[in-house]
Amino acid sequence: MNTDIKLFEKGKRIDGRKPEELRKIKIEVGVLHRADGSCYLEWGGNKVLVAVYGPREAVPRHTQNPLRAIVNARYNMAAFSVDDRKRPGPDRRSREISKVISEALENVILLERFPRASIDVNIEILDAEAGTRCAGLTAAAVALVDAGIPMRDIPVACAAGKIENQVVLDLGKDEDNFGDADLPIAISPRTGEVLLLQMDGHLTQEEFEKAFDLAVKGCYTIAEIQKETILKKYQSFAEVK
Amino acid sequence: MTQEKREIVIPSQLLGDIKNIKAGKGTFVENGKIYSEILGILNNSSDYVNVIPIKGRYDPVENDFVVGIVEEAMASSWLVNINAAYPALLHVTEVPWDVEFGETEKFLNHGDCVMAKVSSVDQEKKLQITLKDHNLYKIRGGLIINVEPSKVPRIIGKKGSMIALLKKYTNCRIFVGQNGRIWIDGTSEGINMVINTIKKIEDESLSFGLTNKIEDLLKKETKDVH
Repeated sequence: MNTDIKLFEKGKRIDGRKPEELRKIKIEVGVLHRADGSCYLEWGGNKVLVAVYGPREAVPRHTQNPLRAIVNARYNMAAFSVDDRKRPGPDRRSREISKVISEALENVILLERFPRASIDVNIEILDAEAGTRCAGLTAAAVALVDAGIPMRDIPVACAAGKIENQVVLDLGKDEDNFGDADLPIAISPRTGEVLLLQMDGHLTQEEFEKAFDLAVKGCYTIAEIQKETILKKYQSFAEVK
Repeated sequence: MTQEKREIVIPSQLLGDIKNIKAGKGTFVENGKIYSEILGILNNSSDYVNVIPIKGRYDPVENDFVVGIVEEAMASSWLVNINAAYPALLHVTEVPWDVEFGETEKFLNHGDCVMAKVSSVDQEKKLQITLKDHNLYKIRGGLIINVEPSKVPRIIGKKGSMIALLKKYTNCRIFVGQNGRIWIDGTSEGINMVINTIKKIEDESLSFGLTNKIEDLLKKETKDVH
């Protein structure tokens, strides 16, 4: 893919980051009153709002599982989240992302506790700048903790990719559009299990391994931010007055 | 209550080894290690490590007293919301009235509130409640407020000490449901006082000697009123 955009200048990326540097991440917990759990996350230019409802009885009834709960994640991009207006409503892309995020979350939630129930996770992308599925999943994890849902781990997601033959962490918008490959992953940081792995573009086996390790490293950094934010929000509960 | 400081734990946080301590509520065991499964407050009681949830749905237990809101009247039963993950079933044989088949709506309808007892929770978490116990009625008048279900034990107090205090000083009738719904009836000043006090208990639910503190507060307030 040849373009006239220079993605690298003097060892620095288009937005001034080093190859192994993440964009700035800001997380807020419990921002919505009506939802059982919620989270607002800013990741570079991405703005994501997540609301969690449940566990509650799953409707329609045929979707119920008598042995465990089901996870309904709904990823949705706002019409104003991208440069050209996005046609509202679910499309092929958002349905795919909803599905992979649901499956990633199913692996960490203790579903056996709530037979016949559903846990609804609404992920709204308010502003998009590459890496929204990672941002959505990371925010969804925090919102689930906020909702008091029993979980084995707090999942976390991060992407790595290849631009101008170099493996870098956390692709920005132009890097995603004009780069060679994008590799979003989600892991369970306690065990290191992989919950989601997708790839767009081409990588050699060595490049893949390098990108994977880099993304995992990014995940651990973000996991620390997640935990810190949750603890900070609820620290006041532990203070003895 | 032996700990000096209370610690907040988050899911996946390591709490200990099963060799040293037993895994209690709100925890799970993997490869011999105990981890927290919920956001909550760490509580080591004798030889168990427990996590008390800060937030979350009410987990129904048999024989709990709850305040329910009727969602739907069916031909021979009602569906009642008790703040759990599932609606609870109230069958006509479980109410103290003589209900003709198909006339359930005459007794309880959508939006009506009842004090009830959880009579059974089965493996599929199907819930049944009953009104056949003493002091269980359909609620007429008064006010219902919501608190976090995990805070209910503090509002009741040791052997009901806190709630007895509230009743004594405010002359209100109070029914605390284990599901975090509280029914209050009395004079409007009394109700306001109960609501403010319960809010205070909720905010300071972790302090030590809370019952005494609340008693002082109520004494002062009742003096102001009279």
